Amino acid sequence: MSFEVTPQTMSFGEPLPLRSGARLAGYSLTYETYGTLNANRSNAVLVCHALNASHHVAGVYAGQPKSEGWWDNMIGPGKPVDTDRFFVIGVNNLGSCFGSSGPMHVNPETGRVWGADFPVVTVEDWVDAQARLLDALGIDTLAAVMGGSLGGMQALSWTLQYPRRVRHAVVVASAPNLTAENIAFNEVARRAIVTDPDFHGGHFYAHGVLPKRGLRIARMIGHITYLSDDVMNEKFGRELRHATAEGASYRYSTQDVEFQIESYLRHQGDKFSEYFDANTYLLITRALDYFDPALAYGGNLSAALAAAQAAFLIVSFSTDWRFAPQRSREIVHALLDNRRRVSYAEIDAPHGHDAFLLDDVRYLGVVRAYFEGIAQEAAP
Amino acid sequence: MSDETTQRRIAQMVPRGSRVLDLGCGDGALLDLLQRERGCTGYGVEIADGNVLKCVRRGVDVIQLNLEEGLALFQDASFDIVLQIDTLQHLRNAEVMLRETVRVGRVGIIAFPNFAHWPNRLSIARGRMPVTRRLPYEWYDTPNIRVGTFKDFEALAHKNKLRVLEAFGLQNEREVRWLPNARAGTAVFRIERSA
Repeated sequence: MSFEVTPQTMSFGEPLPLRSGARLAGYSLTYETYGTLNANRSNAVLVCHALNASHHVAGVYAGQPKSEGWWDNMIGPGKPVDTDRFFVIGVNNLGSCFGSSGPMHVNPETGRVWGADFPVVTVEDWVDAQARLLDALGIDTLAAVMGGSLGGMQALSWTLQYPRRVRHAVVVASAPNLTAENIAFNEVARRAIVTDPDFHGGHFYAHGVLPKRGLRIARMIGHITYLSDDVMNEKFGRELRHATAEGASYRYSTQDVEFQIESYLRHQGDKFSEYFDANTYLLITRALDYFDPALAYGGNLSAALAAAQAAFLIVSFSTDWRFAPQRSREIVHALLDNRRRVSYAEIDAPHGHDAFLLDDVRYLGVVRAYFEGIAQEAAP
Repeated sequence: MSDETTQRRIAQMVPRGSRVLDLGCGDGALLDLLQRERGCTGYGVEIADGNVLKCVRRGVDVIQLNLEEGLALFQDASFDIVLQIDTLQHLRNAEVMLRETVRVGRVGIIAFPNFAHWPNRLSIARGRMPVTRRLPYEWYDTPNIRVGTFKDFEALAHKNKLRVLEAFGLQNEREVRWLPNARAGTAVFRIERSA
């Protein structure tokens, strides 16, 4: 069993200006910390989460032995990001449904549940909010900021928005922006949610219903894109749900579950629709779509990354087609153009995008080695 | 070739404070030496997972990349020195990589096993491919897919309009300036692009 952790919440009175031009009057952030901040406050590591994760990065909650955080294999005592040496912070992003201010909460200015009216938030807005949390925790400079996928985008954005506050950035299975195909997947997921009759324009809370059908389909689509063809074939192949002793037998039904992959996807969809908020899904996929630091530089990523001061570790996975190695190489290319310190590991792993959450000795080994180097620098 | 004396000899050819790209950097020992003792900066390029890990462990910046895919990640003339130490003989596109070397760097330093070293010639004369300390593989399992000589490289450099700034052999950790093509197991060239 992993170590025990407790989530905390911090409220902020000062309004947060957002990229959209709107501002969030008052808000709160839910976060967890692991390890101890050293005397000269030089060992803080911020971990940014991806689409459906949260501040619960590592450890377990008291009395819930199976409640491991989403990156528990990466972070903890003696783990690659060793909490015996680092003070690790996980923050739930604004608009999420796991504690920080989001569409399920009451808008303090109207007294009504935000629902679809929760302001559109961007990766940059999240980073601004995270920076305020660090201010409140008395942390000026991060030893490292790290994240995978959308979390990697936040880590990259940190180095551009607050270049002097980040010594290292670890960007895993990420991209400098989404491709058209990637936005397309997000749009299909959003349409599934928005066209669910229970969505009610995003104000379903008032109707006492949840657009679970839409969420299920959104999750099913997402799940397909997180796996590789090979892994899916290895795991499920053409295996039938109702195989008999005599072997395969079709039921000749168009609507029943026939194949194991169907059963698996439906199960994942069902599980997800029970705990995830529909408006949050829309908000977070939009934040993914909008992220594009090169946009303000005419699409020139090298120009965009000129602001970065940090040293980087970039990691990608060979079978990840949602955030393909080529996208990570674009980041590496831009960093090389700017003569920034960067190491790049391209892990030949079979698991697709999900690989960033899994145990692969080469992947975890490189991250461990990188953080050992940071620990030596950060030592008081 | 990875012995420390040879690395030190190569390191002496790299001016202090240079920006260095080490193609096929292995475990990063040479770059580490250049960073610690000659104030250099730069990156290694390596394909093997184990070597990438060793580089990160010693704090050498490394880019995991198959050199056969070229050096599109690197801008023209973005390095003072590009190293290819015991790398060329493993490359299918050895000539392209030579051109890439002088594209991304002002000066290239290339070292590779000299196939015309006299014990190799003797072995061939006897009718067998050489197996030596420097070339320890049998013909059927060697990773050295480009077997060339000191003189061959001079010709290749000439063909690609490269200026040879310095060329010598290395044998038993000693420099060989007289008849290196016959007397040295390792060929070392310092080259640059002719203007």
